[in-house]
Amino acid sequence: MATAAGTIAAPTTESVVWSWITTVDHKRIGALYGVTAFIFFLIGGIEALLIRTQLAVPNGNVINAELFNQLFTMHALTMIFLAIMPLGAAFFNYMVPLMIGARDVAFPRLNALSYWIFLFGGLVLVSSFIFGGAPDTGWFAYQPISSSQFSGSGMDFYVIGLMILGISSLAAALNFAVTIINLRAPGMTMMRLPVFIWMTFIVMFLLILALPVLTVALIQMLFDRQFTTSFFLPEGGGDPILWQHLFWVFGHPEVYILILPAMGVVSEVLPTFSRKPLFGYAAIVFAGIAIGFLGWAVWSHHMFTTGLGAVQQAVFSASTMAIGIPTGIKVFNWLATMWGGSIRFTTAMYFAVAFVALFTIGGISGVMHASPPVDQQQQDTYFIVAHIHYVLVGGALFGVFSGLYYWWPKMTGRLLNETLGKWNFWLMFIGMNLAFFPMHFLGVSGMPRRIYTYDSGLGWDFWNLVATVGAFILALGVLFFIINVFKTWQQEPDAGDNPWDAPTLEWATTSPPPEHDFDVIPEVHSREPVWYMRDHNLTTPEPEPGTHIHLPPPSYYPIIIAFGVLLLGLGPLSHLALTALGVPVIIYGIWGWTLEPTE
Amino acid sequence: MTEEALLRISQRWARRLLILAPAALFILLTACSDPQTTIEPASDMTEAIQGVYEIVFWLSMFVFIAIMLLTLWLAVHYREQPGREAIQIHGHQRLEILWTIIPVAIVLIMLVPTWQVIADTTDTPPEDSMVITATGKQWWFEFTYEGLGLPDDEGNPTDLVTANELHLQAGKPVHVLLRADDVIHSFWIPQLAGKVDMVPGHENDLWFTPFEDSVREEAYLGQCVEFCGASHANMRFRVFVHDEEGFNAWLENERSDAVEPTSELGKLGATLFVVRCAECHTVRGTAASIADFGPDLTHVGSRTTIAAGILDNNISNLVDWISNPAEIKPGINPENDVIDKERPLRFMRAFEDEISAEDIQAIAQYLTELK
Amino acid sequence: MAAAEHQVEHHTTTGIDSRKLLMWIFLGSECLFFGSLIATYLIFKGEIDLPPFPSETHVETAYLEEALASGEITEVHKHLCHESDEAGISVCEGIFDIPLTSQSTFVLLMSSVAMVLAVYGAQHNRPMMMKSWLLATMLLGLIFLGYQVYEFRTFGQEGLTLETSQFGASFFVLTGFHGTHVAVGVLILGSLLLASFRRRGLGSEPGFQVETAGLYWHFVDIVWIVIFTVLYLIPA
Repeated sequence: MATAAGTIAAPTTESVVWSWITTVDHKRIGALYGVTAFIFFLIGGIEALLIRTQLAVPNGNVINAELFNQLFTMHALTMIFLAIMPLGAAFFNYMVPLMIGARDVAFPRLNALSYWIFLFGGLVLVSSFIFGGAPDTGWFAYQPISSSQFSGSGMDFYVIGLMILGISSLAAALNFAVTIINLRAPGMTMMRLPVFIWMTFIVMFLLILALPVLTVALIQMLFDRQFTTSFFLPEGGGDPILWQHLFWVFGHPEVYILILPAMGVVSEVLPTFSRKPLFGYAAIVFAGIAIGFLGWAVWSHHMFTTGLGAVQQAVFSASTMAIGIPTGIKVFNWLATMWGGSIRFTTAMYFAVAFVALFTIGGISGVMHASPPVDQQQQDTYFIVAHIHYVLVGGALFGVFSGLYYWWPKMTGRLLNETLGKWNFWLMFIGMNLAFFPMHFLGVSGMPRRIYTYDSGLGWDFWNLVATVGAFILALGVLFFIINVFKTWQQEPDAGDNPWDAPTLEWATTSPPPEHDFDVIPEVHSREPVWYMRDHNLTTPEPEPGTHIHLPPPSYYPIIIAFGVLLLGLGPLSHLALTALGVPVIIYGIWGWTLEPTE
Repeated sequence: MTEEALLRISQRWARRLLILAPAALFILLTACSDPQTTIEPASDMTEAIQGVYEIVFWLSMFVFIAIMLLTLWLAVHYREQPGREAIQIHGHQRLEILWTIIPVAIVLIMLVPTWQVIADTTDTPPEDSMVITATGKQWWFEFTYEGLGLPDDEGNPTDLVTANELHLQAGKPVHVLLRADDVIHSFWIPQLAGKVDMVPGHENDLWFTPFEDSVREEAYLGQCVEFCGASHANMRFRVFVHDEEGFNAWLENERSDAVEPTSELGKLGATLFVVRCAECHTVRGTAASIADFGPDLTHVGSRTTIAAGILDNNISNLVDWISNPAEIKPGINPENDVIDKERPLRFMRAFEDEISAEDIQAIAQYLTELK
Repeated sequence: MAAAEHQVEHHTTTGIDSRKLLMWIFLGSECLFFGSLIATYLIFKGEIDLPPFPSETHVETAYLEEALASGEITEVHKHLCHESDEAGISVCEGIFDIPLTSQSTFVLLMSSVAMVLAVYGAQHNRPMMMKSWLLATMLLGLIFLGYQVYEFRTFGQEGLTLETSQFGASFFVLTGFHGTHVAVGVLILGSLLLASFRRRGLGSEPGFQVETAGLYWHFVDIVWIVIFTVLYLIPA
């Protein structure tokens, strides 16, 4: 096909590097997300270990106050935006088309664009360590301490980095929302969707609606820092509390953006290894939707101590505790899924069961400080640190690891080693509990969070040391995962199509799946399509001879546009000429994108 | 290792954990003896909070233990065994209704006392309260007792300004107005007052009455709990609760002008102080009584700590502090101020570059004599 | 850009084209974007106590003098105010010129009408009609932007800038981002118009592409109606 003037011909080269750079295959993009996010996860982990080393003993002097503040800020930013969110993205990129029976996502090039923008945004954020210091006022960037008067250039990296990442997440969310609505296989009704797809679907809408609020807050912060406005600066008549409202209107749905995909994974793993269908499918789906809605009505519980009025405190404590109800329903249904089962304890199942237990602990402590008076004693203490880590490590991260062990054979054709897997699990499980359970005690003993040093004699010495030991054991557990991956990588890919006898559609194709996912788009008759086929002795239909499966060709334009967005963002950080350069790059990219043949 | 072996081990551990649970509870309760504990109330406010906390805590404990045991039992009992067939069920309506009602009930039990305490703590403070304005600054607290200073020449009441150590009277309600000068701080005395943020441009407050039996020699500890910059960890304060007699004795001393130094070194220090320190600090009754920027040092010698509750108040610490405060409190480097030229200096300089060690010694001596 | 992406398969579960669905969901996201900006404006609206005011306001003269003396406002701002019949009270003119902005609002509304006609032309295979109404929509959009530039300049001269007050900051950021959206819309329509002059025109489905662009254009128009009502018409 002829190429429009000035545009680049679609890549035809077989070079491995270029084929990955120009790929629009959702499975490859999922893999790129996964590998990138895992590297960021290791960086975030190293930041955590440095923090724990500094706090191992009273009056520690491993790192100084300024570096400590950068580390705790970057630890949160890295884990939230660069590790857990994109690890979720890795799963939904890889799995959504497979689980709903589609050949690819609705907009394959937009999908590639999301990944490249994410990568560049992450690099901007992390590069701040080299260029004049990382963000150092917490991931929540309260005002006015994050204004140009009280903080350095790190916060500019924060604003720009999060804006770039926001574009990436928004593009991905739009893409997957449309994919789930529009590209389901015949017979795959909404109430037959796997729960992982449902949770992803809810997360997409949370992203679509929460990100613009963060964007507005960041724009206003950018204007305060770079121009002369005072949206959040009390000296100019602004209001620091407005920032908190805008940030947490985004920030609380963000918590569910992090945890819902993990809940989805667990809702796949538990039935598979209990060898029975998920208990109370509809209840779990509607509880997820309820959490998605209620997540918008609770943001002020992050602000109970800022001097909210009585009515606001009463309303937000009620709505926050109310979230415990759908969450409780989910936990009971997961447990009931195990009830009466014949449970195969693979590593994936270990992580899933641990998820239920650990997430419940985080949920319970969350309900405790949903009470504003109690929160007056717990807010900004280590009790909250314990709470969020039970939810995000014991919850989100254990969900991710469960998913990794569960879907690894599907993605690579190789089973991960179960013995190493058990080591991986037990070290992480013990490490995580040693690291975070004592933090409840520290919080009750009055230890504030975000302090780089503390005196001895306050009763905090012992538990801090235990927590540090626990953190290193947790890290050792993660190391076992890496060893497992490298060790099993050398084996033959012999996992088979469905090693777990799992019920959902992704197991109906080969491992790893062919580039076009399914030879024939399957017809769905039940919530457990693969079990349905097994029980009705159905086989996958053969493709009609001579059918040509059309696949979107690879493209250079996603990375070109992403590079333009990067230049746009680098302007405010260095020289505005870069922004000026970014505009034509983006326009060129869009031009080529539009004219590029996709048939 | 086989899966059966692992399960046996986990069963064994489960039994051990059951024994350990009360031990963990015991450890939790021993948190009471820690100096900054949050669960040993010494005022009406913290006792009201404790009331809610105990309900919430025991309910949580119940749910925690129930779910953990249930999870463990399900995992062990329904593990893969020869001859076991999974029961193919999709749900059970009555059960699902039941476990919707249980969390609703638990939430309601927690909400009622919660709302009661919210109503109490956001009402109006007692009329006979002692009014204190607490101002958070990077990184120390200023306390202003309304109307408790010595009357001025015309007999009008004045305010009494002090820093980092709060003195209260048992049984006397205190109404604390919370202000911030620069960034957001938070005011928290775990045993006496649950935290409320100090937000620039906002007027928050809280009130409490220390119990009659809360009088003690030892200080109650307070600390800033909203991240406020490099030395957030070094922003602490102390609270002393006296009986009426003790409080009046403290007030009598605190409101009076500074005492004259007696030692030769102290006198030298007094002269140096006026030249070197009066730009920021006030010592009432001396020539150095115009600045209101740094902490008021009129009776600094009577305080137990310096630098916002992080160092014992003695000569050698004072010398270290004056010589190079940034060494002790990271972030107070005056270079951090260059961004804003319109405001006066926020941070203390390192004086070791400006004056001799002997002079610093003299100033430190003078400060310790300001009882 | 995303709207122009071709799908893997044209058959969809709901029967709605994926590109149109994407545009609808994206506009849902935009609602929250403008919603947050408007909320910010409304939060600060009640706190304006010095000129320039959005609409006519009574202020104590002494308070104005004090603000003038302390440098909080300048003579430029003070010119908006004059003594009223009531002693000690000044009346400050509102800075909004409602008749003028009504004109620009009318222009934008008309652009939506033109957009509808362009979509009709595209869907009924009448390329000339489509092209001329696309051009008309663009021109009306540009006229609206011209009004906005004029308004910004006038406000600047009357002393309302980003740093004057929270009113200035939230007004300029809100309307500025709306103006940016209009400008992007003009660019989209311009590229469609340019592309329609190619030999193969807008390809096999011109109605669809113009319709999706139209969705965006109408949304931006509706947002302006909300802004015009909330900012200009509802008094402080």
